[in-house]
Amino acid sequence: MDYFLTILVLVALLALAWRYLGSYMAAVYDGRVSWLGWLERPVYRLLGVDPEAEQSWQRYAGSLIVFSGVAIVVTYGILRLQGVLPFDPEHLGAVSPALSWNTAVSFVTNTNWQNYAGGSTMSYLSQMSALAVQQFVSASVGIAVAIALVRGFSRKGSATIGNFWVDLVRGVFYILLPIAFLSGIFFVGQGAVQTLAGPAVIHDHLTGFTQTIPRGPVAFMEAIKQLGTNGGGFFNANGAHPFENPTGLTNLFSVALLLCIPVGLTYTFGKMVGNIRQGVAVLMAMTIIFGVWLGFTSYAESQPNPAVAAAHVVSQKGGNLEGKEARFGALPSALYGVASTQTSTGSADSAYDSYTPMGGFGLMTGMMLGEVSPGGVGSGLYTILLFALITVFIGGLMIGRTPEYLGKKIQAREVKLAALGVLVMPLVVLVITGIAVSIHAGRAGPLNAGPHGFSEILYAFTSQANNNGSAFAGLSGNTPFYNVMGGIAMLLGRFAIIVPVLALAGTLAAKNVVPAGLGTFRTDTALFTGLLIGVIVVVGGLTFFPAVSLGPIVEQLSHGRLF
Amino acid sequence: MLSYLRRSLVISAIFIVLLGLAYPLLGTGLAQLAFSHQANGSIGPDGSTLIGQQWKGPEWFQGRPSATIDAAGKPSPYDAMASGAANLGPRSRLLEKEVARQAARLRREGITPTNELVTSSASGLDPDISPRSAYAQVSAVARARRLPVAEVRRLVASHIHPAQLGFLGAPYVNVLDLNMALAALK
Repeated sequence: MDYFLTILVLVALLALAWRYLGSYMAAVYDGRVSWLGWLERPVYRLLGVDPEAEQSWQRYAGSLIVFSGVAIVVTYGILRLQGVLPFDPEHLGAVSPALSWNTAVSFVTNTNWQNYAGGSTMSYLSQMSALAVQQFVSASVGIAVAIALVRGFSRKGSATIGNFWVDLVRGVFYILLPIAFLSGIFFVGQGAVQTLAGPAVIHDHLTGFTQTIPRGPVAFMEAIKQLGTNGGGFFNANGAHPFENPTGLTNLFSVALLLCIPVGLTYTFGKMVGNIRQGVAVLMAMTIIFGVWLGFTSYAESQPNPAVAAAHVVSQKGGNLEGKEARFGALPSALYGVASTQTSTGSADSAYDSYTPMGGFGLMTGMMLGEVSPGGVGSGLYTILLFALITVFIGGLMIGRTPEYLGKKIQAREVKLAALGVLVMPLVVLVITGIAVSIHAGRAGPLNAGPHGFSEILYAFTSQANNNGSAFAGLSGNTPFYNVMGGIAMLLGRFAIIVPVLALAGTLAAKNVVPAGLGTFRTDTALFTGLLIGVIVVVGGLTFFPAVSLGPIVEQLSHGRLF
Repeated sequence: MLSYLRRSLVISAIFIVLLGLAYPLLGTGLAQLAFSHQANGSIGPDGSTLIGQQWKGPEWFQGRPSATIDAAGKPSPYDAMASGAANLGPRSRLLEKEVARQAARLRREGITPTNELVTSSASGLDPDISPRSAYAQVSAVARARRLPVAEVRRLVASHIHPAQLGFLGAPYVNVLDLNMALAALK
């Protein structure tokens, strides 16, 4: 009952975000908002950018790629030099080269896969000025790409799709920074720490127990970690750590934060293409997928953990509590898990590795659908729009007509680009997982034996290629093999999709609009939503069913067996 | 190409100053002014109410098993420097053995095992247990301290935090708070 109320409150919060944050974001990217002009204008002057000048898709993509490359180098540099930089109260010294590479790529691609233990590897400076900066920036890049694609639909006969530098700066200043700042204060009020004072040593007079408690500038990083669907936490335990996610309220708030921009962007999309119902059709597809996965995973986690049951010592009241925190309980943890895996956030308030076989299946397959329900900030929208193009293409095949979407004819070039964008992720996941299980360095990773060990590897590359960042954390990822291959998976999963999306934006923007006729397949209806869900689930299901069968499914079916 | 590179370097520097220094430092200042107790870790004379401790002996209420390990990989329960879960899978023989071991330990202390008291938390630092797990320990604690069972039971009842706003998360008992009150009973 409490759980339904929690979900009801979440839905109400998201409805507000959809309507108001959504229309605000449309105004931001249309250049109709200027309350931070005093901060924005000097930045453009320093950059030598004319905010009115727009770019072709090639220049937009070129700026984005060079900027992201520089961001990787800068982040790598700070991590390598942290030993000689300030704000290092624990004297942690430089981060190793392979780990710095993996971490730099991870944060620049909005993945936040962490092969390091947060509190004991990264100095305060690295957390604040390398990692958290990329949490803002990579989120803004994602939204910019989605907006560029939406402009492709909303413009006619245009040679340009916007200005990357302006979109980047406006996303950070007008959207991410204000919301993150207010959220940071809220997190501190609930108990998250925010200090530069270094660890505290406590001595309990009752028992003589001594404990060194690490602290740091946590709360404000937590805010952007959730808001930007990043997921990389300050501490190793991530959102399960009481200093990151202290209460039931922050747990719900964290979930609302990571969903608000992806959900709001569907309104932004509808508004920018001049028909809110187009955004609603997409939002409904996202919501239905999310709802089904949430119900499934929540039910799975309300069930007993098979290994705990095998010990025959307790009746598992409250569901599967292995790897869960007492202040949250099993169901709110499942909500956090589903929201985090389906928004490409990857933060965790519980140990996903210890979810029941079907709970883990829910989390893993949520990512395998391509992070579209509702997906990461920006990436969720542009990926589901790729699926929408494939849907109208399939619809067009069925009725023997050239497909259209939002008044644009969808021809060979567009379908090829959309298919490329959709196929990159499964290709990366399956090929790299295949390599990992074929060689010793890959098989050395898993902690757990049996099918769950395979699940740990499959989950790792699914997570990284989808720029999610969550893990079945038993896997020992800080090895040269996993650092390097993971870096490749994250880069391809990000930029091998962004480039086709921007190319698509370019060709669509150049096209003229064909007026809707009697034979036009309408894309703002429940029928379209249903078809879109079908395409997403069939593509994901057909691609990944064999792999998933070897992991969570066989684990579920091996009744009475332990490994 | 060169202009992209120059712009990328300039904007990276601007972002480091604004987002990497101004944002967290301004936030720290504000947090220290408005919520200094929370911002510094909710630390009292005997520890932080947010970070669990290892309670040894039947005269204290126990928290949940903690799977944290030290830098050498050895078990080191409630090691705050190394937060993390056991990460054992749902069909792990090791998990079954660990649960059985925790249950046997509880039984030796005269405590009927409950779900949370045999499963390890996600952070390894869980400061709380459910009311049910606290009540399960009442008679053992009362016996060890030679206190009336009813008095210890009342103490537990007065330390139950209901779910936040009545429905968020689960009701819980903070083990440090409870044990501090217990020590003050005599």
